[in-house]
Amino acid sequence: MNQVSSNNSKKLKPGQIQGDTGLWEMVIGLEIHAQISSKSKLFSGASATFGAGANTNVSLVDAAMPGMLPVINQYCVEQAVKTGLALNAQINNYSVFDRKNYFYADLPQGYQISQFTKPIVGEGEIIIDLDEGKQTTIGIERLHLEQDAGKSLHDQHPTKTYIDLNRTGVALMEIVSKPDIRSPQEAGLFVKKIRSILRYVGSCDGNMEEGSLRADCNVSVRRAGEEFGTRCEIKNLNSIRFINQAIQSEAERQVEILESGGSINQETRLFDTSTGETRSMRSKEDAHDYRYFPDPDLLPLEFEDSWVKGLKESLPELPDTLRERLVLDYGITPYDAAVLVEEKDYVKFYEKAALGRDGKLTANWMISELFGALKKENLSLLNSPVSPESLGELITLITDGVISGKIAKDIFAEMMISKKKPIEIVKDKGLEQVSDDNEILKLIESVIADNQDKVKQYLSGKDKLFGFFVGQVMKVSQGKANPGIVNKLLKENLK
Amino acid sequence: MSDLLKFNLLQAEKAIKNKEFTSVELTNAYIKAIDDTYSLGAYLETVKEKSLDMALKSDKNIADGVARPLEGLPIGVKDMFCTKGIKTTASSKILDNFYPTYESTVTQKLWDDGAVMLGKLSCDEFAMGSSNETAAKGNVKNPWLLDKQVSPGGSSGGSASAVASRSALAATGTDTGGSIRQPAAFCGITGLKPTYGRCSRWGIVAFSSSLDQAGPLTRTVGDSALMLNSMAGYDKKDSTSADLKMPDLIDCLDKGVKGKKIGIPKEYTQDGISNDIIKFFETSINWLKDAGAEIVPVSLPHTKYALPVYYIIAPAEASSNLARYDGVRFGVRKEGQSLDEMYELTRGNGFGEEVKRRIMIGTYVLSSGYYDAYYLKAQKVRRLIKQDFDNVFEKVDFLLTPSTPTTAFSLGEKQDPLTMYLNDIFTVPASLAGLPGISLPVGLDKSGLPIGMQLIARAFDEPGLISTAQVIENYAEFNFIADGAAK
Repeated sequence: MNQVSSNNSKKLKPGQIQGDTGLWEMVIGLEIHAQISSKSKLFSGASATFGAGANTNVSLVDAAMPGMLPVINQYCVEQAVKTGLALNAQINNYSVFDRKNYFYADLPQGYQISQFTKPIVGEGEIIIDLDEGKQTTIGIERLHLEQDAGKSLHDQHPTKTYIDLNRTGVALMEIVSKPDIRSPQEAGLFVKKIRSILRYVGSCDGNMEEGSLRADCNVSVRRAGEEFGTRCEIKNLNSIRFINQAIQSEAERQVEILESGGSINQETRLFDTSTGETRSMRSKEDAHDYRYFPDPDLLPLEFEDSWVKGLKESLPELPDTLRERLVLDYGITPYDAAVLVEEKDYVKFYEKAALGRDGKLTANWMISELFGALKKENLSLLNSPVSPESLGELITLITDGVISGKIAKDIFAEMMISKKKPIEIVKDKGLEQVSDDNEILKLIESVIADNQDKVKQYLSGKDKLFGFFVGQVMKVSQGKANPGIVNKLLKENLK
Repeated sequence: MSDLLKFNLLQAEKAIKNKEFTSVELTNAYIKAIDDTYSLGAYLETVKEKSLDMALKSDKNIADGVARPLEGLPIGVKDMFCTKGIKTTASSKILDNFYPTYESTVTQKLWDDGAVMLGKLSCDEFAMGSSNETAAKGNVKNPWLLDKQVSPGGSSGGSASAVASRSALAATGTDTGGSIRQPAAFCGITGLKPTYGRCSRWGIVAFSSSLDQAGPLTRTVGDSALMLNSMAGYDKKDSTSADLKMPDLIDCLDKGVKGKKIGIPKEYTQDGISNDIIKFFETSINWLKDAGAEIVPVSLPHTKYALPVYYIIAPAEASSNLARYDGVRFGVRKEGQSLDEMYELTRGNGFGEEVKRRIMIGTYVLSSGYYDAYYLKAQKVRRLIKQDFDNVFEKVDFLLTPSTPTTAFSLGEKQDPLTMYLNDIFTVPASLAGLPGISLPVGLDKSGLPIGMQLIARAFDEPGLISTAQVIENYAEFNFIADGAAK
């Protein structure tokens, strides 16, 4: 047995595999299938809603009844173009729908309408953020529109298969990367970045659990500097964790074969989530001959530059530019900005909370306190009990010196439960910070009176005890004393 | 009673509106004619009760003074049109149990305009054939020279036979490579294939999507004008239908042909054409000349490639269009032990020989390694053929050709598919170019079978086509009635 491992050697970078005969690297390309957020299907008026009763969202066109014809859904075309623009890609003003022919029970037409030689979107690129502030560019090969197939249910009857055509004809964008990805981590980051862009554009909800976003991974391995090896395609991965696992185990499998003198068969494989390994689905010899040809029921898609320009102008601010703007406008770190732009909702929340306030402090509170608390409660930002306005008010209370940072944490904990405004909590509990010199002076005098021995030690040179006095004053003030003033007055009075 | 059968569509339209007779009387006459001509096999399905219901409603409309353009006129429908609640089989075993829940756009427009439905007419299976012999329920007979057992042509053989035998006042057809014009020529009636995109394909069983086009089969040119008026029109459900308004074709009658230029393509007069047809071709040219048209010899140099191109493109599209007949959702299913076996048994049993042959050809020409040599090349040549027409239509207004190289052949005569395919040699080029064409009867050959002439016009010039065809019709005075027609 060859021992193949990526864990044993400490110097391995992500995507490298140490074999017996040397170092290997992975070459990965992804095909992402993103369901367009559209009320109706790509070529029929039927509803594209998820979760309806079996075969309830099926039109005559979806069921491929004789004489039925597809009619393109313009909204879906717009979403594809907008997504293409967001991927910095070439928009093809002339594209063609082709038929991809194969027989399957959940494919009513006997062909899938897709785009083969002339896709709606051509080459583009996106930037992904690696560790330590490094970035890399991943090329986009193309984006095309296609129909989804239906669902075969094999587990409902001992000898029969049931077919649900609800998904049949739902609009998909297939986004194909160039083979520029070099590690499972990069693949995950790529999918995350694409998902983020899709959500900003609004063309896909990116929901991987519901299957709105799925990926096929093409994986091959090579020794550094060599030509690309033979690849295998792993079909239909629906989580970033599975993408990571599948690529890693597939690459290791290939290295093992190559090192023991074998060769890789180009084939389609499936990822078994229970074993964490891939297994063969069909070999190249069994591959379908899809007999692509232009669909004669549909005209080519043609549009004017001005129409594309209009869509470009309607695009929202996208993550990369947004991030730069947040750093400039709010003075936050690029790291914090990157976290905030991950989701459109994060930024929206942040900007509402930070408007006219300390941007850095707001970012800290949102990322560490709010996100932490939400995660603990298993909540998303959308159903956060703390509104952006409330968080903003809390920040104001801190920067105005009404409360200390420590008290703010207590108030925040209360906000998570009661949904009360911070100022109400402060008033209800009498938590306003005490910044009045005379009041604090009284507290200091009582602490000094109660701790004469410590005062002597301090005065004889034991400076470290200063912190003790601060702590005592804060304690008797129940944390409400303004720490700055306590410091100042203590220094003046401990002489 | 049988006197009513003498009225053509235009005449009957006026007579009904003038209350010379009722739609119920006319419809009953046709129902009887259907029975009388039953042995021709034109009808696959009749709907007598529905016919009379529709006729009754029409009579009420006429009484109420709200008559529609085709009010009360009984017509037949080729079985390629899906008709709501009425069995629609495309003459195939595989659809033997298929009752659509929807009505094709074209037939709906006819009913909306008041036409009365008589029933569904036989055709070649999935419209693949030129003799109506590939129909699952057996061939249809041509009412001409009944005892000689002559083919009505195809694929709209049932439609042509019904109109010629006077068991329908008019009928719908579909034309992919000549399926309206060739049977019209064989049966001595008028058949008009409109410009591709003129009539909606929605609800018509698809054979070859880039070629299929619905059109009327009628007794006269005027009848075609009246019927196409109702059939044509933009349909947003068919992306390939043209968003163009068609002028009222009735206004195009009696316009003459003075000053028009008629092109005579030299490629359409070469070997294999019967002498009688050549004789009538020349006669027709003289009629047009006499009517004041200018005759211009022209050339369409890529004509000889039309047939091979057609027999690549049409089967390619058909192989894909017919994939949906898989036994899963509708149609006749033959159970198997696995999905693949179910497909094999269902399709193996459900499709006839010619359909299987074309699916095989189509699958072959699209398969990897052959696509470029066949399908792609055929598409390129198709563009050249279209270019030929574009070029000549810069010089002339219409083209005149024979509709077919021979008159109707005997049933069972053409066993070899290739000789059968050759019968479409004059109709296929206009189909590939998407142009409108009309075939109308001009005379009989020595044996007494009708001869058809074809006029081809520029895209969307159905108005001109009607005007010009009517000039020939007036000269030809084709008043013969098939011996097998209802008496």
